[in-house]
Order: sequence, then C-alpha cells, then structure tokens
Amino acid sequence: MVKSFGEFLLFIQSMLFRKERFAVLWSRTVDECIIIGVNSIFIVSIVSAFIGAVTCVQIAYNLVNPLIPKSTIGYMVREMTILELAPTITSIVLAGKVGSSIAGGLGTMRITEQVSALEVMGINSASYLVLPRIVAAMLMFPLLVILAMSLSIIGGYLAGSLTGALSAQEYIEGIRTDFVPYNIVFALIKSVVFAFLVSAISAFKGFFTSGGALEVGAASTDAVNNSIIAILVADFALAAILL
Amino acid sequence: MIEVHNVQKSFDGNQVLRGINCTFETGKCNLLLGGSGTGKSVLLQCIVGLMKPDIGSITFDGTVFTNNKVDIKQEIRRKIGMLFQGSALFDSMTVAENVEFPLKMLMTEMSREERLDRVEFCLKRVGLENAGNKMPSEISGGMKKRVGIARAIAPNCTYLFCDEPNSGLDPLTSIKIDELIHEITHEYGITTVVVTHDMNSVVEIGDHIIFLYKGQKLWDGNKDEILNAQVPELKEFIFSSSLVRAAKKVDDETDGGLAAATTDEAINI
Ligand SMILES: Nc1ncnc2c1ncn2[C@@H]1O[C@H](COP(=O)(O)OP(=O)(O)OP(=O)(O)O)[C@@H](O)[C@H]1O
Ligand SMILES: [Mg+2]
Repeated sequence: MVKSFGEFLLFIQSMLFRKERFAVLWSRTVDECIIIGVNSIFIVSIVSAFIGAVTCVQIAYNLVNPLIPKSTIGYMVREMTILELAPTITSIVLAGKVGSSIAGGLGTMRITEQVSALEVMGINSASYLVLPRIVAAMLMFPLLVILAMSLSIIGGYLAGSLTGALSAQEYIEGIRTDFVPYNIVFALIKSVVFAFLVSAISAFKGFFTSGGALEVGAASTDAVNNSIIAILVADFALAAILL
Repeated sequence: MIEVHNVQKSFDGNQVLRGINCTFETGKCNLLLGGSGTGKSVLLQCIVGLMKPDIGSITFDGTVFTNNKVDIKQEIRRKIGMLFQGSALFDSMTVAENVEFPLKMLMTEMSREERLDRVEFCLKRVGLENAGNKMPSEISGGMKKRVGIARAIAPNCTYLFCDEPNSGLDPLTSIKIDELIHEITHEYGITTVVVTHDMNSVVEIGDHIIFLYKGQKLWDGNKDEILNAQVPELKEFIFSSSLVRAAKKVDDETDGGLAAATTDEAINI
C-alpha cells in the first residue's frame, strides 16, 4: 500500500519532468476533452436528472409534517444535489466510465508495446499519454458537475410537479431560499480534486499493466475500485477541511 | 557500429544475460539467434534503452549510450527505429498517421508537405502506397509489419532493430519481410539488428550472426560459416529444425529469384 503510493508519486513526477512540446500536449488534451467530456454528457445527464427527481419524491414522502412548508422540499433538493449528489455521484459515474476507459486504453497500449514504441522514439510516454488525460479530466469534470447540478434541480422540479408533491411555485421558492454561493465553489473544488484522483489513479493502473488481455481487464476493474474509494475518502476530507 | 560490452542483466536473482560482448556492423543485417528464453529480447531492450543493464555498456558509433547524459541519449534515440514483435502500431491512428508520427514528434523543422512526402515515400518503399487511410485493425499481420518498418525508417534512422519480424507470418510472407529488411539495410547503409529463432531468416539475410545460448554469446559469423560451425549447442539448434533444409532448398532452387520477385511484384500480403 505504502509502496504503491510511493510508485504513484514517482509516476506523477515522471510525467512532469521532461515534458513534450506544449502544442503537442495541447492538441492531445483537446482530443481527450472530447473523449472524457463530450462523450460523458449523455450518461451524466440521465443519472443527474433521475437523482434530482428521486430526491424530490423521496423528500416529499418523508416530509409529512403539515407545519413544515412544502417549499422546504425544493430547498433540500438544491442543498443535497449541489453540495453532495451532483459532484460525488457524477464523479463516481465518471470513475466507472472515464476511469475504465483510461485504464483499459493505456493497459492495451502497454501490452501491445505501443508505450515501448513511444519510449524508443525518445518520447516521454507518461507525459505524452497521461498528462493530457489528467488535464482534460480536470477541465471537464467541473463542467459536467455544473450540468449535473442544473439537471438534478430541473429533474426535481419536474418530478415534484408531475407527482403533485408540491407546486411549481413552492419548488421555485424553495430553491431560492438561503442560497449560499460558496456551496457551488465548494462543489467545483471537489469535482477538480475527484477528476485528478480518477484520472491519475486509472492512468497509473493502466500504465503499469503487464501481461495480457486478462490483466488489462483486471487493471480497469482495479482502477474503478480504487478511484471510487479515493473519491469517497477525499469527499470526507474536503468536507471536513472546507466546510 | 554498435558495440555491446559485458552486458549483464538479472531479474530477481535469475541471471538472464551473463556478460555479453558483441558488435553489430554498419550496413549489415546482424542477426541475434537463439532459442526461446535465451535473453534475445532482453538484450535488444537493453540496447535500445527500454531496460537498463545491471553491468556493462552499449556504444553507438563511438558514443556511449548507457548511463550517459539525457541529451546525448535522446540524440541517439532519435536515430533508432524499431519494429516490434507485435508491430505496436498506434491503433487510434491511420497507417499514414502512424508513419507520420515520429516525423511530427521528432522532426519539428519539417513542414507538413515535406512530412507527407516522406510518408508517401516510406509507404511506397514497403509496398503499401494504397493503404495509407486504413486503420491498423483493418490490415493483415504482414502489412502491419510493413507499416512498422515504414514507421521505423521514416525519420531516416541509422539503426534499425527488429524483434522477431516474421513471428506469426506464413513462410512466404516471412521471406518477403526478411528481404525488405535486408534491402533497406543495404540501400541506406543502416545498422540493422534482427532478433530471430528462424533458420529461414538466417539463410536468407544473415550477414552477421550472433548465437546466444543461456545468456551468453557462443558463436558469431556469417550465414556461409554457420553450417560448418563447430559449437555443439549451435549445431543442435540448427539441425533440430527441419526448416534449415527447406530454407537451403529454396535458396538453391531459386538462386536469388525470390528476392527479385519480391521487389518486382506488387506486394499484397
Ligand atoms: N521484465 C522481466 N521480468 C522478469 N523476467 C524477465 C523479464 N523479461 C524477460 N525475463 C526473463 O528473461 C528470460 C529471457 O527472456 P527473453 O524474452 O529475452 O527471451 P527470448 O530469447 O526473447 O525468447 P523468445 O524467443 O521466446 O522471445 C526469460 O526467462 C524471462 O522469463
Ligand atoms: Mg523475445
């Protein structure tokens, strides 16, 4: 455990030392942004809209006390999604999607000697292959989280009005109550940290795959498992430090 | 000329290379011959710098590569082309982009037109002028090897390394790939190192052969000398393979005819 953490740090360092030309890395980063960001819009949208809807319906189900105004439901949906559900659930979903694709892609390149081919050409393979992926993830995760926040709140709105749990007016009133802009900043900080963890851990797992196709599969699974654990630990740590 | 001085390498106490001394001559196909597990691939990886020898050094035309400064190593690396056992083409790029890649990364002074010209030239040289837009997954194993060779020679390499260029290919395709490597070596005066355990290749292209056995060099010489070599391990290796007879027969009957056919015909494997 300590050993692999040390190796992980060395890996991050090797990526930053002897970097490739900026133009090359930038164009690779743009490519990766499309793979990581644009291609994840669909799944993130679906997940976040449903999470918002379900949160709304379930809170409504629990809030039966007539003394509590119905707008509280809207307020709670907003607080839960912005602070926790949108950044964390989105990152966990992306750990599955992006993490496995990074680990699988790099693992395949490793076992088919494409990484060696880069090294023989004198290219720093870690910097060329991994750095753009990490940067792209750190750029794209926050954008996807913003999307997720909006869609969750819209999902809650639709679910609330369609099921008749509360009126549209009440919901809107709820989501405008006691808004703390810092919560959004906090969520975005979380998403950048999660992005780094998911992409770096997955890249590390994939990059050092050895063996055959079976090991590539195992590396992907490991990457997703470790990323999710790292997200949850970091989530707790950040909440403790920043809130 | 590449010189290997007393190279030793072990993995967790398992000594794979036990002090290898040999030279690879300029403008020739140097074959590293030996059975499975004798450390051919490990030696090759030590030479190209993918692995570091525990002891010993490698010298490229007088410049020490092992443990030298990063810039000097980088300079030498740029002169190295390598064909990998599984071709190692980048599967997210087309064939032409694969060949262009080292030019794009290493020869920043080249304009786009110059690069594309060079790509066209290299693909034509290996007989694949029409495959530029295909993806690596759409071409056959033999074609992949050709693309691998084109990519290796694209930046005008001085040293060409091939790890088992004909593993997984049928005998005829193997011979064509061997011939291609041989021709390119002589045409451009490249120092070529080919790892093989195929007696066919030995008879076809062995300008200089180094026989490895259990991590040591037991013999070196050329393809005419090898059949008369008096090293028991080498004799056993050669004559255990019935291929050697077949190869000899092909060589006698066609008398170089095969080589001529390879260059004349449109190559489609
Ligand atoms: N990265 C490594 N870690 C540990 N042992 C290794 C490693 N690479 C090679 N070996 C060991 O070194 C020995 C020689 O391997 P090598 O791949 O050089 O054989 P080879 O001569 O290329 O054989 P083949 O013709 O089958 O490719 C083998 O016993 C192998 O187990
Ligand atoms: Mg080998």
